[in-house]
Amino acid sequence: MSALEAIGLVKRFGALVVTDDVTLKVPVGARLALIGPNGAGKTTLVGLLTGLLRPDTGTVVLNGRDVTALAPALRVKQGLVRTFQINNLFRGLTILENVFLAVSEHAGSSFAMLRPAGRCKPLVERSEAILDMLGLADVRHQTITDVSYGRQRLVEIAIALSLDPKVLLLDEPAAGIPGNEVARLLDTIARLPKDLAILLIEHDMHVVRQFAQEVMVLVAGRVLMTGSPQEVMSSSEVRTVYLGGARTTHA
Amino acid sequence: MNHSPLLNRHRIHWAEIAYWLMALAVFFLFPRNLSLATAIVIMALFALSLDLVMGYAGVVSMGHAVFFGIGAYGAGLISLAGHHEPITGAILAGLAAASFALMVGPVLMGLSGLPQIMVTLALNVILYEAGNKAIAITGGDDGLRGIKLDPLLGLFKWTVFGQTSYLYALGWLFVLFLVVRCLVSSPFGVSLQGLRENTERMRFIGTPVRRQLVVVYVVSGFIAGIAGAVSAQTVKFVGLEALSVEKSIDALVMLVLGGVGRLYGALIGAPVYMLVHQVASEWNPFHWMFVIGGLLIVVVMFARGGMLGVAAMLAARLRGGR
Repeated sequence: MSALEAIGLVKRFGALVVTDDVTLKVPVGARLALIGPNGAGKTTLVGLLTGLLRPDTGTVVLNGRDVTALAPALRVKQGLVRTFQINNLFRGLTILENVFLAVSEHAGSSFAMLRPAGRCKPLVERSEAILDMLGLADVRHQTITDVSYGRQRLVEIAIALSLDPKVLLLDEPAAGIPGNEVARLLDTIARLPKDLAILLIEHDMHVVRQFAQEVMVLVAGRVLMTGSPQEVMSSSEVRTVYLGGARTTHA
Repeated sequence: MNHSPLLNRHRIHWAEIAYWLMALAVFFLFPRNLSLATAIVIMALFALSLDLVMGYAGVVSMGHAVFFGIGAYGAGLISLAGHHEPITGAILAGLAAASFALMVGPVLMGLSGLPQIMVTLALNVILYEAGNKAIAITGGDDGLRGIKLDPLLGLFKWTVFGQTSYLYALGWLFVLFLVVRCLVSSPFGVSLQGLRENTERMRFIGTPVRRQLVVVYVVSGFIAGIAGAVSAQTVKFVGLEALSVEKSIDALVMLVLGGVGRLYGALIGAPVYMLVHQVASEWNPFHWMFVIGGLLIVVVMFARGGMLGVAAMLAARLRGGR
């Protein structure tokens, strides 16, 4: 069974068709990468999958359940979790507090009012365990704005993992990270649970090659091709797209 | 800093104990000024209710006097209807304010930024006008008179110098302060601060944003309602000013002076504002607003985080210098 499936998604902004009949399947445990030039409609597609946007036609199915009409927060509860291309964190809070928020929400404790948060041992311990796993334990008491951008990217992933996802959408996780920190990030991604379905939206072919079992190429809102990383990279069509020129084939 | 403040909020600081001892000492030190002291305590409670929604959840309510007013008129009407027991009277009035918050909350909490400011403000203006017109209920310009209360707990008579009133108001402030303190230290409180920091992101960790905001809004409405009720019960009069936009703004100014999102900001801002008001209006009854205005400008420009913000900064600097 597919963990996440999109069938015939179409999204128009006025006369512009940004997502043009996209169908995709992310099986349980998949490592699928979505690539495409700027303006291909990757961000819109992520919006449609996560519920930020409503498709004009088509359906989104999560673990066999139609979630097309479900708001983002409810999709998260069903196990569909995303990270953000540009860090989208609680900047005034510490790293531990950032992760605590997600852990507490996932544990159903976000309406718990009687006990101080710091005394909720299971929640604090789980938050610390996740930070440990991502190598963030030593900076857990630092405010987001006080740590490097690369570390902030890891906090994005820490928050996502706190929510115990079934499907994880990583939106350009390596964007903006200095080269020496990319390796640590890729290593972290490689160590994620095997049964977790991951959809990676990425620009950097180096990252895609290391990560993906399957690659989907999106051009002008349409799926140009799907295949193994080798197939995709040797495709002349894909090359043309990336070297420019083919971007205007579809409106 | 080697800790995560949100997760350590339940720890009690020595200054907190000092504060409450001082509040109690006022009772013995200023026996002739207890009616002013009572008014200060009531405004501190009102400003605290505003801090809960604004300082913690990031909701900007410009019309919080709506709840204060409902609580005040509620308590007045309950007494006039013949129920003279003060504590249950105040609770009932608080529940009336909370019910109103529950009615308007789902709409108001769906808004943010400027629309939220304007709609809460408009709601305040509308309710004020409604109060002005509904003479049969509110007494219009004449207000509600003839509020009677049984002795507090059946023991303490309501004295002319206001000893009972002061301790009664202070008791409410203390109990509700503990409630708010418990609330903001809890996982729920941490979640509220997540909403203040980044509402959008909270949606993507699965938080039912609006439901959480409505809950805190209702709690805040209840506390503001109690503040209004205690005002009606101790002054034995309710006038339209309880529902006025000026009342809402007073609380906001007190909070900004003391420090937003710090609990004690409300508890420090109220006495400072009202004492400055007292002294300045003795100096010049027509132009005292200049003093308050000047003070506000200084705090906003040079002391972000209010007086408590400055105190915290100085304390950190002292500790660093050691």
